[in-house]
Amino acid sequence: MAEAHDRPPEKFTLRLRRYDPESGEAPYWDEHTVELEPHRSVLEAILQAKDRFDGSIGIRCSCRQAICGSCGIRVNGEPALACHTHLDAAKASASGGVIEIEPMGNMPVIKDLIVDMDAVHWKKIQRVTPWLLAKQPVPEREYIVSKESMVDVTQTMACIQCGACVSDCLAMEVDPGFIGPAALAKAYRFVGDPRDDEQFERLNDLAQDPQGIFDCTHCFKCVEACPKDVNPMGQIMRLRRKATQDHHIVDQNNGERHEAAFASLIESNGILWEAELIPRSYGGNSWFGKFAPAAGKELVASIPTAVRGLLRGKMTIPKILKPHKIPSQDLKAVRSIYELIESRPERYELNLYIAGEDEAPTPASAAAGAEGSSEQ
Amino acid sequence: MPQHDVLIIGAGLAGQRAALAAAQGGASVAIMSKVHPVRSHSVAAAGGINAAISVDDDWRSHAYDTVKGSDFLGDQDAIEVMCSEAPHEVMHLEHMGVTFHRNEKGEMDLRAFGGASMKRTAYVADITGQALLHVLYEQLMKHHETVARYEEWFTTSLLLDEHGHCCGAIAREVRSGHMEAFTAKNVILACGGAGQAYKPTTNGLIVTGDGIAMAYRAGAPLMDMEMVQYHPTCLVETGILITEGARGEGAHLLNANGERFMEKTAPNKMELASRDVVSRAEQIEINEGRGVGPNKAGIFLDVTVVPRRRTLEALREIVNLGRDFAGVDITREPIMIRPGQHYIMGGVKTDIDGRTPIEGLYAAGEVACVSVHGGNRLGANSLLDTLIFGRRAGEHAAARAAAMGMPEPDVNAGLREDGARLEAILTRPREGRRVSEIKNELGETMNRHVAVFRDEQGLQSALETIGRLREEADKAWIDDRGTVFNQDVLGAVELGFMIDCAEATVVAALERKESRGAQFRTDFPERKDEEWLKHIDISLNGDGPEVSYSPVTITQWQPEERKY
Repeated sequence: MAEAHDRPPEKFTLRLRRYDPESGEAPYWDEHTVELEPHRSVLEAILQAKDRFDGSIGIRCSCRQAICGSCGIRVNGEPALACHTHLDAAKASASGGVIEIEPMGNMPVIKDLIVDMDAVHWKKIQRVTPWLLAKQPVPEREYIVSKESMVDVTQTMACIQCGACVSDCLAMEVDPGFIGPAALAKAYRFVGDPRDDEQFERLNDLAQDPQGIFDCTHCFKCVEACPKDVNPMGQIMRLRRKATQDHHIVDQNNGERHEAAFASLIESNGILWEAELIPRSYGGNSWFGKFAPAAGKELVASIPTAVRGLLRGKMTIPKILKPHKIPSQDLKAVRSIYELIESRPERYELNLYIAGEDEAPTPASAAAGAEGSSEQ
Repeated sequence: MPQHDVLIIGAGLAGQRAALAAAQGGASVAIMSKVHPVRSHSVAAAGGINAAISVDDDWRSHAYDTVKGSDFLGDQDAIEVMCSEAPHEVMHLEHMGVTFHRNEKGEMDLRAFGGASMKRTAYVADITGQALLHVLYEQLMKHHETVARYEEWFTTSLLLDEHGHCCGAIAREVRSGHMEAFTAKNVILACGGAGQAYKPTTNGLIVTGDGIAMAYRAGAPLMDMEMVQYHPTCLVETGILITEGARGEGAHLLNANGERFMEKTAPNKMELASRDVVSRAEQIEINEGRGVGPNKAGIFLDVTVVPRRRTLEALREIVNLGRDFAGVDITREPIMIRPGQHYIMGGVKTDIDGRTPIEGLYAAGEVACVSVHGGNRLGANSLLDTLIFGRRAGEHAAARAAAMGMPEPDVNAGLREDGARLEAILTRPREGRRVSEIKNELGETMNRHVAVFRDEQGLQSALETIGRLREEADKAWIDDRGTVFNQDVLGAVELGFMIDCAEATVVAALERKESRGAQFRTDFPERKDEEWLKHIDISLNGDGPEVSYSPVTITQWQPEERKY
């Protein structure tokens, strides 16, 4: 790997999205060619262009090591930290070899690559009561909590508030009011903290809010966007599991019932039965669900969608009346997954900080040990 | 015109802690920063925070280690304050929500750190600074009604009244370019060090000595400016920091022969000697041809001896840094490092309440020199310094504010002067050099001549270069003529700040004709307590720096030979 860092400087062309709010002109593209070693960062390339050719290029930046969270931008359409993106990788994903650099999405642009994070990102952070509501009485020394719990919330503490996930959130694009991935990950940092006293209140608040945890569409964009492996969507799913399974919160958005219906339909059929999903989500999680008044209302409301599905051949009358079939060995395999998961005494929660990586000595450390012993 | 009891400039750990303390003390508080508070460079502090919280520990042991680490230049009264108040402060932070990692019993875990006689460093993986900074910002969001936040406001100068008391500051809103005068009963500077005067440095691009230079220009003395810390483990190419926590967890330093060369200079503490000692030992290996890598300019840091699971849990950030910035999996192979500029022990001279000799002006954190770090700061003492003295400054300023009326200075002169200064930069003709060129030359000069080893000749040449750069900076031109987010014009102002800091550093390094802590003079290789156990103060006299001295406060630890 280290050899990749010995390559000589190369030329890279940047295509920068510029915007000068004082000019009265629309945004435009600006090209600069810089020369740097290929493993150097896109930030270094932008700064070289700024230092040598045009000091008016606007970008927030400071640490150059992916910890201050200032330099969130889009590289070839994908959200990224400029300092955390290598030039060779950026060039490889660029069309025509020209690296395209734009400000982040879902937030208003102030100038060039600088967006208004206060108007969107920080407003949403403020929404989730982002401070510890500590259990009382406060102990004289530290709160005694498990080692694992603090390692667990470190994954969300590791969020650097760069906005990359907000930039790429599809749900927020459709519903700008969605609390969004960064703020909900921040919420988990308190819900997962055993010192916090208002876990139920926090979860209930976020579950009942129509733009809260059930507004996420599970698209994984934020997981890919995050430069710090915070896994915001994963944190949202953990908030859902804590709300529904641990605190039995049945929310007014029908999120809890929808998930339960989804899971039980897959368990019994191995594949989703769309026509049953709505009635069970609203009317109760059984075949009789569709006769509940709430389900009837939803069913009537969904008739236009169903008709469109029928007209386009996405839906057929038999598919509405009967569940889809999958081969019986596949169904057995699906059910065995349910059995495995449900037989576990505790829920498995994935966390990169405690991923259970191998503990065996690595070849390198074994070799280093041998070298050490041969030292005279 | 905004008026506040306490105006804090800088929103890193020292500034935010000061703001919370001053608000708690009943003052009307404003905190101002040229960047959003969570971008402040405190965020990059990795390894942890020292406090004698273990039942087997004693704050006096922490204080002695700090005095010894400072090479006896630290003021012992201030060190006693910092170390004795540390346990309470760390517990307070824990109660506020900092997610300190725990041991099997659920208590705060402690890791080993350089120059410490026992494990006393509390930590959050290797993102301790980030965790602290973000938790303090949570508190600022919580207390938004009592602490006004001016985020992305660039302070251009301090306001003094006719008695020479500090009564506010002039600042430019970065987003709009609007200039504003802020009146305040007290101003607390908390805007960090001056690492960008060096190239490379571990410090962020925003760390440009603003507070040090503004205080110096207002007449406040700077102290211990010659003491510049080179951190032993920075990536060879970019200067990015690899936390001391790596060595705290057991990592080794190896030369080209695979030798743990620290046994020559620090047979007991080995890799965990204090930073000045380790950096010098590394530089000697490199200078004598036992370095590794291209040009033999590096040293191997071997983290593979730490169990992999522990590395992933407790040193996650440097696993990422190694992968992303050096192309190395540190859990599988050694990584190449070298000493790099990291911290300035010196700064604006203050007492233990953060007061500078200018009435109404306080300083805390890296911008200040109390002096708790003296000739060399121990790892994990800087976070502690910011929080203890940030809080003390905030408390003291709030109390002072309660006993006085709001000053009514004539701010128009200051506003006009700073406005004209910026306007002059904006309209400079495009001749002479670019700001970026001058900045690069400054950084490279400092790193060549004012680094781990220094001598008269090199320092003199640095001083001459700085003089020339100052003249060039006065004519340097910029591209951006706009008002919205004009980073170009602010960069020119920052360059002036950095030149002031660099000059004070070189003058003090020339003055101190001995070797102590981070100052190693190859032409004066011995420590000379009779002559030089004293602080060097630098004040602005007319256009240039003037040297004076102040005594080192010794309470219970007499100077002795330093061995690790």
